[in-house]
Amino acid sequence: MEYFTQQLINGLTLGSIYGLIAIGYTMVYGIVGMINFAHGEIYMIGAFIGIITFSLLGAVGITWVPLAILLVLIVSMFFTAVHGWAVERIAYRPLRGSFRLAPLISAIGMSIALQNYVQIIQGAKIKPMQPVVRGNIPLMEANGFQVNISYLQIIIIVLTIALMAIFSLIIARTALGRSQRACEQDRTMASLLGVNVDRTISLTFVMGAALAAVAGVMVTMYYGVIDFFIGFLAGLKAFTAAVLGGIGSLPGAMLGGMLIGLIEAFWSAYFSIEYKDVAVFGILVVVLIFLPTGLLGKPEVEKV
Amino acid sequence: MNRAAEGTLLQVEHLSMRFGGLLAVDDVSFEARTGEITGVIGPNGAGKTTVFNCLTGFYKPTHGRLSLHRDGEVYLLEQMEGHKIAQDARVARTFQNIRLFPRMSVLENLMVAQHNRLMVASGYTFLGLFGAPSYLRAEREALDLCRYWLDRIGLTEFADDQAGSLPYGGQRRLEIARAMCTQPVLLCLDEPAAGLNPRESGELSELLVAIRDGAGSDGQKIGVLLIEHDMSVVMRISDHVVVLDYGRKISDGSAEEVRGDPNVIRAYLGEEEDEELPPEVVADLTQHGGETRP
Repeated sequence: MEYFTQQLINGLTLGSIYGLIAIGYTMVYGIVGMINFAHGEIYMIGAFIGIITFSLLGAVGITWVPLAILLVLIVSMFFTAVHGWAVERIAYRPLRGSFRLAPLISAIGMSIALQNYVQIIQGAKIKPMQPVVRGNIPLMEANGFQVNISYLQIIIIVLTIALMAIFSLIIARTALGRSQRACEQDRTMASLLGVNVDRTISLTFVMGAALAAVAGVMVTMYYGVIDFFIGFLAGLKAFTAAVLGGIGSLPGAMLGGMLIGLIEAFWSAYFSIEYKDVAVFGILVVVLIFLPTGLLGKPEVEKV
Repeated sequence: MNRAAEGTLLQVEHLSMRFGGLLAVDDVSFEARTGEITGVIGPNGAGKTTVFNCLTGFYKPTHGRLSLHRDGEVYLLEQMEGHKIAQDARVARTFQNIRLFPRMSVLENLMVAQHNRLMVASGYTFLGLFGAPSYLRAEREALDLCRYWLDRIGLTEFADDQAGSLPYGGQRRLEIARAMCTQPVLLCLDEPAAGLNPRESGELSELLVAIRDGAGSDGQKIGVLLIEHDMSVVMRISDHVVVLDYGRKISDGSAEEVRGDPNVIRAYLGEEEDEELPPEVVADLTQHGGETRP
C-alpha cells in the first residue's frame, strides 16, 4: 500500500509533465489538423533555456528560490514561445493548403534541425543542474517504508493543475478561445467573420510552446540532467498521451498525460523498469486498435 | 475611376473571372446602394456565386475593380485579405450550404462574429483573463447584441444548444444573424431561402427588409446583396435586380423592368425562335441542301 502510494505520487508528477506537452500536440492538431512532430524539440529547448536562465540568475546573485523559479519560468516560456512561433512561421505556414503529408514531413525535418541546432550551440554533453528545491514531506510510514512527496513534486503537480485550469478557461471563455474553436471547425468561415486565421494559428503554437517550456523547466529541476535528445522520447510519449486521451481534445490530453505517467510509474515499479517504454507504446497500439478516437475524442466526421 | 454617385456602397466595375478556359464572369459591372436590396439572379451557372466569391476574397478576379465606399473611404476588395474584408470593409456573407460552427453553441456562433472588438478589448486575452473592466463592458455589449439577434430570429430559448442541432430554418436564420453580428455595411446572402417553406421564406423576406432598413445596426441602413432562386422573394423585396447569364450581365433595373425584359425571358425560358445553327453547319446545309432535299 505504501509502495503503491509512492508510485502514485511519482506517476502523477511524471503525468503532469506529459500532460503539459500533450496539450501542445492536441491544440495544434485540433486547429490545423497536423501532428507537430517538432513539439518534443520545443520542450527540449524550453529545458535548455531554463537551465541557462538558472545559471544566469545564479551569476547575477538571485538565489531566493521562489523568485528564481518564477523568473526562469517566465523567461523560458517567452523564448520557447518565440521558437514555437518561428517554427510555425518557417516550416508550416508556407505549406498550408498543400497536401496533407507536406507539413508532417516538414515537422520531422524541423525536429531534426532543432536537435542539431541545440547540439551545435550547446554541445552534445549532458547538462547537469544542482537541485534547486530540496526536501520532502513524509506522508506515512509502515513496515519500514516511508512514503514521501517532495516539495518539487508538489510544485509540479500544483503548477500543472493551475496552468491546465487557465488554459481550459482561455479556450472555453475568451474571444481567443472561441476563435480557435471556430478555426478548428471551419477556417474559411471564421476568416469571413473577421477572425485573423493566421494569427489564431500562430497563437496556438505559442500557447503550446509556452506549456512545453514549463514542462521542460520542471523536468530539468526534477531529474537534474538534460541533453539535446530528451525531446524525442518525451515528445513521443506526450503524443501517445494526446492520442490516448483523444487527439484534438484538451481534457483528453490532460487525462492521457496523467494515465501515461501512471502507467509508466507502475510498470517500472511492479514489472520491469527496462520495459516501461514498451508498456507505454503498447498502450498506444491497443488504443489505436480498439478506440481509434481515444478516450475523450469525438469520432471523426468526414468533411464534405 | 469614375466617381461613385451618392449612396453607392459597392461598385463592381468590369469584373471578369477566368478559370482556365472558362470565363465564369465576363465584364460585369453593377452597383449596390445603401438602403437597398440588390437581387442578383440568373440561371444555374450564370456566375452569381463567383461574383460573391470575388467580393469576399475567395478568388482574385482576373480583371476588374471592386470598390466599397464606407464613411468616405474606399476599400478595394480585390486587393484585401479575407479577414480584412470582414473587419475593415465590413462585408459579410452567407453560403448556399449552411456553414455554421456546428459544435459550438448558438450563442457562441454569434460571439465569434464579434471576435475583433472583443480581442482588442481583452488586450489580446490577457486583460480579459483578469477581468479588466473595459473587457467586461465590451463583453456585455457583445452579449446584448447577441441577445437582440436571438430574440429577433426567435432562437432565444436555444441559445445554449449546439448550432448543429437546430432545425434547418433556424440554422438559416442563425447564419444571417451571425453575419449581422459582424456589423456589416454590406450583407451578401447566397440563396438564403433555399429549402425554406413558403411561410419561412415570407418571414425571411420581412427580416431582410428590416435589416436593410437598419434593424440591428443602430438604425443605420445597410446594403443587401441577394442571390436567390425563389422569384417570389426576389421580386417582392428587391429594390434593384441584376440578371446574369453565362457570366454576362444581361439586364439591370427594377423588378418590373427586369421581369419584362426579353433578354431575361429568353435566358430563363430559352429562345422563342429556332436556335441559331453554327455557321459551319449553315454553310454545310446551303451547300448540300439542294441535293438532299427535293
